[in-house]
Amino acid sequence: MTDPVTNPHWDVVVIGAGPAGLAAATLLAEQKTSVLLVDEQPEPGGQIYRGIERLQAGSAKAHILGEDYVYGADLVRRFRSSAASYRPETSLWHVTPKLELFVSRGGVAETLQASQLILATGAMERAVPVAGWTLPGVVTAGALQILLKSSGLVADQPVILAGSGPLFYLLATQCLAAGVPIAALLDTAKARHMFGAIGALPRALTGAGPGYLSKGVKLMRALRQSGVPTYRGVEDLQILGENRVSEVQFRSGKRKHRLKAGIVALHEGVVPMVNATRMLGCEHTWDDRQHAFHPVTDTWGATSHAGIRVAGDAAGIVGARGAEHQGGLAAVGALHDLGRIDSARRDRLASAEMRALEAHMTARPLLDRLYPPRAEIKTPGDDIVVCRCENVTAGAVRQLATQGLGPNQMKAALRCGMGPCQGRLCGDTVAQIIADTRGTAPRPSDYYNIRAPLKPVSIGEISTLGERR
Amino acid sequence: MFTRLTQDSAASDQTIEFTVNDRKVVARMGDTVAAALLAAGEMQFRISPSADKPRGPYCMMGVCFECLVTIDGRAGRQACLTAVKSGMQVIIPEGGRND
Ligand SMILES: Cc1cc2nc3c(=O)[nH]c(=O)nc-3n(C[C@H](O)[C@H](O)[C@H](O)COP(=O)(O)OP(=O)(O)OC[C@H]3O[C@@H](n4cnc5c(N)ncnc54)[C@H](O)[C@@H]3O)c2cc1C
Ligand code: FES
Repeated sequence: MTDPVTNPHWDVVVIGAGPAGLAAATLLAEQKTSVLLVDEQPEPGGQIYRGIERLQAGSAKAHILGEDYVYGADLVRRFRSSAASYRPETSLWHVTPKLELFVSRGGVAETLQASQLILATGAMERAVPVAGWTLPGVVTAGALQILLKSSGLVADQPVILAGSGPLFYLLATQCLAAGVPIAALLDTAKARHMFGAIGALPRALTGAGPGYLSKGVKLMRALRQSGVPTYRGVEDLQILGENRVSEVQFRSGKRKHRLKAGIVALHEGVVPMVNATRMLGCEHTWDDRQHAFHPVTDTWGATSHAGIRVAGDAAGIVGARGAEHQGGLAAVGALHDLGRIDSARRDRLASAEMRALEAHMTARPLLDRLYPPRAEIKTPGDDIVVCRCENVTAGAVRQLATQGLGPNQMKAALRCGMGPCQGRLCGDTVAQIIADTRGTAPRPSDYYNIRAPLKPVSIGEISTLGERR
Repeated sequence: MFTRLTQDSAASDQTIEFTVNDRKVVARMGDTVAAALLAAGEMQFRISPSADKPRGPYCMMGVCFECLVTIDGRAGRQACLTAVKSGMQVIIPEGGRND
């Protein structure tokens, strides 16, 4: 390993130690390229393989999280035994057009120089703006999984799980296996989407599709047989409480329900994390099927900016195995751009990755059509807080949208998107409210302009830069 | 609020001591500060300056910034992205403003 502190210049810097970033960095190192992998988490693995290095074979945790989780151990081991350098707990917060990267670790900032940048920053759970979602005790379903993966922590008071989608059902079965006291499962999926999705079935039966589908069927069966009280077609979810969550209220069919809750976990699918590519001014597009923005990329992950690639869920949701192969393709593309391999060798290195990627993608359109986010999440009612940081409601955004104002004017007028999260949790909602008011699909310009720093940095942090330079 | 998985074996369960507002708390190796605080029964991490209402961790993965606390004198650190270390001094500014 090259010492990351003394070497400020890298052939390739990869941001994100999930499957995409790990695969990219490992391949680059194996091809004798100087590569640094940067991730803001304390351990490698990204969202799916979080905490994998501390996993003991045959432990309760391995059993609960399942074989798709355990799979990641080899990926991380291969990365560790490569010559790639690695910096955990390090956040990227600025990139110049010349690929000078500004990162911070533990409140200390510094700069790195890259010839090529691969952003493998993954996905985040879609914001679920409902009444009361800002109360302490309301978390994402992924947050519960993170506590389980990294700390073996499980809730010991009644948990209400609310949401839909493949990851939601996976998380629910993991919670069950871990002995989390699930008071109720509120399934927000709509049966009518079944019909619309049928057209995507034939393709889903090819490649790795059947494997994904049979796993899904098993999950659903396990949930049905668990005896957990389940409510279907859930709408009008409201979370109630004074200084923390105490109850939920919702409608299922024609009936209204009210249940006690200690913790409420929400999940409505995942969306690409676009803040870095937005800051860089890369071209983005709205994906009607995934109901999200993603940067425009080619086969090799190349964006509209020379030298900057995106791989994995950050470029559009592809799932963990798809992300791994996209990481490989981005690495091969970078090698070619660096002049280390010619086109013929590039294509040879890429062909297996391409085939595998294609096989893992066959079921994706079916899943996207089965579990679209429901309207009340995409364009919430007027009273709902959409910007958590600055406490801005959907109604305030809608009013300005009606007057023809765009997202950046709203930032100035309402401060939405100006808080520490920099619009990560409200950007998509604001864009969808603007588009809905106009009566069209969201356009890339409906999303905020994102400026550096991507993370709040203190003056103290910036001054540490001066000392080092 | 949260308990440790009892079935898991002990080898990875090396404990660490740190303080939260001068209270001694035991965490496990591999915990983030946010996980350790939740395990210690803390649910409210900050008061939102705009809403003047309590907030706690929402995403646990660095996205929401609702977990901001003061760690070893540095304010506004994301507790869910920081590994807990022995002797760390964490401050949850109760009723205070933290960003
Ligand atoms: C909470 C959560 C849980 C999930 N659990 C599962 C699961 O159990 N099973 C499953 O099949 N899929 C799961 N997914 C979907 C899953 O994210 C992906 O399919 C897969 O992990 C994508 O891999 P990736 O390499 O693209 O990105 P990720 O695995 O998301 O990795 C991205 C990495 O980039 C880092 N990063 C982001 N921004 C920065 C920055 N500015 N500076 C430094 N580092 C940065 C992050 O810390 C992260 O480690 C989950 C998603 C989420 C959000
Ligand atoms: S809990 Fe969301 S950023 Fe830490």
